Amino acid sequence: MDCSTIRQQVDAYVDRELDVARAAAIDRHLASCEACDAIFSRQAQLRRALREHVTYHDASPALAARIRARLPAAHATPAQSRRRWGAFLPRLQWLQFGAAVAATALLSWTAGVQYASLSEDELVAGQVMAGHARSLLTSHVTDVATSDQHTVKPWLSRKLDFSPPVTDLTPVGFPLLGGRLDYLDGRPVAALAYQHRQHLINLFVWPDHKASSAATQTFSKDGYNVLRWTEGGLAFWAVSDLNAGELKDFAQAYASAK
Amino acid sequence: MNEQSRNEKFERLFVAHLDAAHDLARWLTRDERNAEDVVQEAYLRAFKFLDSFRGDNARVWLLAIVRNTYYTWLRKNQVHGLSVPLDEETMSADDSDLSYAGNEASYSVDALLHQKDAKRLINRALEQLPDEFREVVVLRELEDLSYKEIAAVADIPLGTVMSRLARARKLLLQHLQHVRQEA
Repeated sequence: MDCSTIRQQVDAYVDRELDVARAAAIDRHLASCEACDAIFSRQAQLRRALREHVTYHDASPALAARIRARLPAAHATPAQSRRRWGAFLPRLQWLQFGAAVAATALLSWTAGVQYASLSEDELVAGQVMAGHARSLLTSHVTDVATSDQHTVKPWLSRKLDFSPPVTDLTPVGFPLLGGRLDYLDGRPVAALAYQHRQHLINLFVWPDHKASSAATQTFSKDGYNVLRWTEGGLAFWAVSDLNAGELKDFAQAYASAK
Repeated sequence: MNEQSRNEKFERLFVAHLDAAHDLARWLTRDERNAEDVVQEAYLRAFKFLDSFRGDNARVWLLAIVRNTYYTWLRKNQVHGLSVPLDEETMSADDSDLSYAGNEASYSVDALLHQKDAKRLINRALEQLPDEFREVVVLRELEDLSYKEIAAVADIPLGTVMSRLARARKLLLQHLQHVRQEA
């Protein structure tokens, strides 16, 4: 493909609307064409800028109330209808729908429902452990295998709509093995692989602006430990069969190095 | 559908997508009061036509209603005067647009974002885009819809989604570059 053909696909590429073969062909071209690479990087930057800075205008609670008040009470039996809407006011009752969609919506609706957000985190922790196990089972630990952080970071940035901090921690005993992509919490995420003695550590990173809590959380199951923290709009999930103390050392080394 | 399940179905849509509906309306109208009017009208329409919703993507269905409501509202209120019809030919990407990007290899959006008013600059750049371009950017970057979903919401062919997004991003880059040169 020539440069002009490549550049016509820049939007579809950054929007991940291309099939794998075509995206791979573009990757190969970008590796050897500085001019095209600059255009693609800028497009990725613009995308990040929009996602990071453009204001998302949530609806005010007043709007919800206003719409409910205007809903046609005349529809079928007014009295019964009004009672039904009234029944929705205690928001916890929405849980009775049981459907996942309702639970998810509830999170954004009433961020203060503690137990609901906790189970959400536990759900993600389970996915994180599965992602770790998957990387071991399939021996697919890295897509880009290098301890050079300056190679891993741009590679991930081009594939994702955010730029995860990447630091080689060899000096403090956690050499960087490389990076790869994974899919967690319903979105593509960065996965950084580190080693400590004979143990593998996977660090998953993705943007999470609605994180329920900035505080570090730990999860433990089946011999795996998971540590979660957030910083600068990113959620960090470290997982390993390392003991919890050493995993915490890793997290601190990583957080202070970047 | 009986009344109870109908109401529950509507409440599910209502709760799950109100923020998305409001965000789209807010970016289309660029005004909080008008956005709320549009969302309210859209939800009343959605309630009325609930039985016609057969698909599996409620968000797309609802956002399409919000968008249609906005354009109806726009025609009724004529707040921006007569809307100039878009000429897809002249607005489509051409080589001169691409070469401008190539020649300015040192121009970095990231660098611009280190300015302390980056948020204001980016929001303003998006606000200044014509409706047809602003809406595809909002659907893509804020609502994270696929090209297929955007095509369904905006009722345009897939190819038009691509050309509008391409054009929208070029306009945004040009605007931001202009701002940078002034700085």
